[in-house]
Amino acid sequence: MNAPAAGPAGREHGLALLRGMLRIRAFEDRCYQLYGERKIRGFLHLYNGEEAVAVGAMRALDAGDAIVATYREHGHALARGVPMDRVMAELYGKQSGCSRGRGGSMHLFDVAKRFYGGNAIVAAGLPVAVGLALAQKLRREPAITACFFGDGAVAEGEFHESLNLAALWRLPVLFLCENNRYAMGTALDRTEAETDIAAKARGYRIDAAAVDGMDVFAVEAAVGRAAAAIRGGAGPALLELRTYRFRAHSMFDPQLYRDKSEVEAWQRKGPLITLTTRLKAEGLITEDDFRRLEAEASAEVDAAVAFAESAPWEPVADLARFVYAERSA
Amino acid sequence: MAQMNMTQALNSAMDVMLGRDPAVVLMGEDIGYFGGVFRVTDGLQRKYGAHRVLDTPIAEGGIVAAAIGMAVNGLRPVAEIQFADYIYPGFDQITSELARLRYRSAGDFYAPVTIRTPCGGGIRGGQTHSQSPEAVFTHVCGLKVLMPSNPYDAKGLLIAAIEDDDPVIFFEPKRLYNGPFDGDPAKPASPWSTHPKGEVPEGHYRVPLGKAEIVRPGRDLTIVSYGTMVHVAAAAASAAGLDAEIVDVRSLVPLDADTICESVRKTGRCVIAHEATRFSGFGAELLSVIQEECFWDLQAPIQRVTGWDTPYPHAFEWEYFPSPARFATAFRTVMEPA
Repeated sequence: MNAPAAGPAGREHGLALLRGMLRIRAFEDRCYQLYGERKIRGFLHLYNGEEAVAVGAMRALDAGDAIVATYREHGHALARGVPMDRVMAELYGKQSGCSRGRGGSMHLFDVAKRFYGGNAIVAAGLPVAVGLALAQKLRREPAITACFFGDGAVAEGEFHESLNLAALWRLPVLFLCENNRYAMGTALDRTEAETDIAAKARGYRIDAAAVDGMDVFAVEAAVGRAAAAIRGGAGPALLELRTYRFRAHSMFDPQLYRDKSEVEAWQRKGPLITLTTRLKAEGLITEDDFRRLEAEASAEVDAAVAFAESAPWEPVADLARFVYAERSA
Repeated sequence: MAQMNMTQALNSAMDVMLGRDPAVVLMGEDIGYFGGVFRVTDGLQRKYGAHRVLDTPIAEGGIVAAAIGMAVNGLRPVAEIQFADYIYPGFDQITSELARLRYRSAGDFYAPVTIRTPCGGGIRGGQTHSQSPEAVFTHVCGLKVLMPSNPYDAKGLLIAAIEDDDPVIFFEPKRLYNGPFDGDPAKPASPWSTHPKGEVPEGHYRVPLGKAEIVRPGRDLTIVSYGTMVHVAAAAASAAGLDAEIVDVRSLVPLDADTICESVRKTGRCVIAHEATRFSGFGAELLSVIQEECFWDLQAPIQRVTGWDTPYPHAFEWEYFPSPARFATAFRTVMEPA
């Protein structure tokens, strides 16, 4: 961990980060419940424990930047500003969802937020991010591309091809590896000879650092510095954000590959507990502030669920649309 | 005989082959320590060791490529691709290397690799966990392509695939792992223990490649299908009150055209069913073979019951999935008097 210490710039800053993380936690916990009620079906991957990564990173990026995410991307979409009600409607498969109900949990898209999708294929987002960044460079746009991916993705060829291309062409892309230590049920050290992901990036001559992904200030500061350097023409960078997934990989995972005690130990140093304790200790927020934000997040989730419940289904006749371009009449 | 679901039958096939043949090695993502996403390889690493059951990184191209090298050098690798939807990073190795090695070395080298991969829908997996890409592989010369519809065939075919000297793509319809499926998602799933094909021998046996099976004899029409749709088709025919002869293709390559055409010549009417998209689907090949061989015996145009020509939908799975209602439409057309 070579990122210097970072901290809150004041009460409003602290409240904003806490609000962002509480929104994600409340959303994910409700998704878990709704899955049990069979309102959300199919594959569902929850972000509990990793909230500091998405919230810290998105705070440090600009509205014009492009975002590429993974299949565990509810948190990225919410932190990016994709409206919660449209994310929830997408999980329900409703037409009002951010991808018209076509994608579901793993495929959130939002053109207004330059959110280029969740992606269920491991590592498939990396080369897309390289292409987005190449276009930004060729078109002389001031924006950069931020690409999230998991530790499992570093095993795919796309990771290596993407890092090389980005470095070779000095592209404005920030690779953000969310290292939660497990590629589904397989620990990183069972599948990687070199488990230091930042070291892999340096092998491609990419600036890289490991960051405490449970510390939202550290994430925000590191992403901010890296994004500024990239915007200044320094070429690509990679941050390995060390984090932990509190819930199962998906709703079908009996978690036979890790001890309960390991999960509990990480939960004790969870990003929300750490942040709340610190903000209180520094006198920036009170318990009442925390409860108010929690209540606001809960109310926002209630409203998102109500929106999704009442949203229409796409007409079945429309399901053949968007396979090919539609001719203008 | 033991009662087994499809997961257990496949596990038993690999258990038998690991025990019989020291050249057999399993490899894949999450298959060893974790036991596999669908538990198909559960317990095998514990029993045979990490040198026989290898956990691999998430690297499908690497998995297939390594399997080719292993196979050329005397092993019989059985590689799992976790979902058929994840197979494409390995597609170059499969088509350009695995399928052609025997041909381009004029028989000097060959690679007896079996690639197991769960396919098909019916589990609300959406566009990246539901695909049926079998036709993509039947189009590649040099590959054999199998898809069992029940535990007995699953075990016998997998053993035959592992023992075969050619590369085999072995599709496992994941909707069938725990029980047969008649196409009605609202009905509680029935277990394999209530199905005669849930009776599976504990030891070694083969179901030969290139042999279709008449699942049920009938006189009114022939339904040619494979995988999950064998069960959906049977239920739809019963519901329509038709005495259908149902042919389970099982082995797409090599194809048992004789059994299929003999049935169609007998009934004079034919419906072909698969979950995969329609255009250039494997049904088009079946239809061509039947038309070439049985044209003068046909009483009505052959009908196809298939998925839509769209990506697999997220919210509307049961509209996409070839339903009993879609069969009913095909039956009406194909049963019209000549």
